[in-house]
Amino acid sequence: MSGKHDEIIKKGRQLSRREFVKLSAAGVAGIAMGPGIFIDVGNAGESFTFAYASDAHLIFSSKGKDHRFARSLIKAANDINAMNPQPDFVLFGGDLAQLGKPEELEMGKDILSAIKAPLRMMVGEHDWYLDMGEKWQQLFGQQTYSFDHKGVHFVVLNSVIVEDYWTKPKMTPEQRMNAMAQLDNPNGRPFTVGSEQRDWLKNNLSKVASTMPVVIFSHSPLYKLYKNWNFWTDDAEEVQNILSPFEKVTVIHGHTHQVLTNRLKNVSFHGVLSTAWPWPYAPKGVPAYTSEMFRSDPFNNFDGCGWGYVNILSSGEADKTYMPWDRNPMKVTYEELAAGKTGAVPPRKSSGPRY
Amino acid sequence: MKKNIQILFIMVIVILGAAGMPAFAGDSSESRAGGVFSETMKNYDYDIQVITACDGRKRVVVEGFKEGELLPPEKAREAAKLLNSLMNYCEAEIVAVIPKNRIDILLSVNGEPFVNIDNTDLQLPLMLIHGGQSHTEREMQIWKAEEQKVIEKGYKLFHSQLTGTNGVSCDMCHPDAVNTHPETYPKFQTQLKKVALLRDMINWCIEKPMEGKPIPDDSEDMKAIEAYILSTRKGVSLDYGKH
Repeated sequence: MSGKHDEIIKKGRQLSRREFVKLSAAGVAGIAMGPGIFIDVGNAGESFTFAYASDAHLIFSSKGKDHRFARSLIKAANDINAMNPQPDFVLFGGDLAQLGKPEELEMGKDILSAIKAPLRMMVGEHDWYLDMGEKWQQLFGQQTYSFDHKGVHFVVLNSVIVEDYWTKPKMTPEQRMNAMAQLDNPNGRPFTVGSEQRDWLKNNLSKVASTMPVVIFSHSPLYKLYKNWNFWTDDAEEVQNILSPFEKVTVIHGHTHQVLTNRLKNVSFHGVLSTAWPWPYAPKGVPAYTSEMFRSDPFNNFDGCGWGYVNILSSGEADKTYMPWDRNPMKVTYEELAAGKTGAVPPRKSSGPRY
Repeated sequence: MKKNIQILFIMVIVILGAAGMPAFAGDSSESRAGGVFSETMKNYDYDIQVITACDGRKRVVVEGFKEGELLPPEKAREAAKLLNSLMNYCEAEIVAVIPKNRIDILLSVNGEPFVNIDNTDLQLPLMLIHGGQSHTEREMQIWKAEEQKVIEKGYKLFHSQLTGTNGVSCDMCHPDAVNTHPETYPKFQTQLKKVALLRDMINWCIEKPMEGKPIPDDSEDMKAIEAYILSTRKGVSLDYGKH
């Protein structure tokens, strides 16, 4: 290890410890982290792996856990549990429920409880807009929080905040939820992180050394891709500015249900797969870094869906692996990304099958 | 206005068939269909006299009389009355033929094929061919609104969880109907092992991922869903069979 690297680890350790003390003293840590989630300050600079599942969109019906989307999430949980070695923790990337129903969220919690590794939850718009997050927070705790793990600072955001367009036309909670659940809703509003969370983020990161690797979890991509489908965060630039002092920043986001890669200045962005269904690629705005996955076969329930994991390298950068079911894994390395290359996957605009 | 037109008929120009005016093609009414006036006047067997209205856009072709020949008063009145009726359709270019041995007349509007019309009272059924005139703004708006109704019905079904039984809706995989490729049908759908139309795939999606009951092919719902999907592909060229 180089001297510089040692220095980074040292700084990371100190800051982690300091933050840990502060959080404990404030009595926030327990609430913010949830049970079973801990701050590890002892192994900075060590490479490690965390897994993810995302966008399960569980639908409550008489089929219960036999519903195809429930079966998919169970499949992902089983696959993650079969990882050897086990991941350090598992991120759930949001949209556990389809329409934010308590039954959907409870079924989701039940399915996810089978995952052996510690679980970190993030909220998506499908979880939130029936009761404005009440049930979700009751089940899973804080919507916005941070934690440190092996020298890396992790931040989980609620990036699906939209301006109130329901009060004036007196929409019912169900109407509001349905409107938010429709991806191609022409009357929708763009996602934001919002000024409150941006202030929180600024404050949170003010205690973190610029050399410490930072990983942000957000449901929406923290950049502007395609507004019509809310593949978009309206205050993305402001959030990116907050992240700009940091040397190593990785954003892992849900929502887009596809292989998606971007790099803007100091930040690498990775989408994740959905367990429920793949979204098509947006008609425009797909970053050039993305190696588009083939159009999935609708005749295969699981095609285009899956889970994945992230390797945090000892340098603090991230390699991203997609685990699409019934297909070969797709790996996007930091090295390729930094060199402006796309991953070793089929080239874009290929004449792949269309169904 | 009518009177003015009748006065104008006095100025009707009689064109001589041999002097640069092409002859009609064919001798039976059925075979005369198609083509613009100049194209369809070749090799016409009968003697004809062509009477052109003052706007140069309406012509009455009287079979059985040479150009310059004096028409019997009854025939002249019939031709004038016909021409007068045609003048109601200002913008249209119309050729009417008064056949020698038949009681109906033949009519071609704006180069459209000739159609037989009942000549008894000169109530010209011009709606057969777009009313013999350009669509009015009002008509266009009505038709657009009617189209829109069907498309909107399709939009609602496409975004409705009621189409299936498990809460899944079409738009969940096809926002804005993308990846439906309606212009590529019909094509051999390998997974179905047969040639499929768009509606076959719509029904496949309803039955499988959405676990619903298929919609009858000729139902209003199916027409509406197809209309919505197609409306999102306006301007995309037809490329049937593309995989």
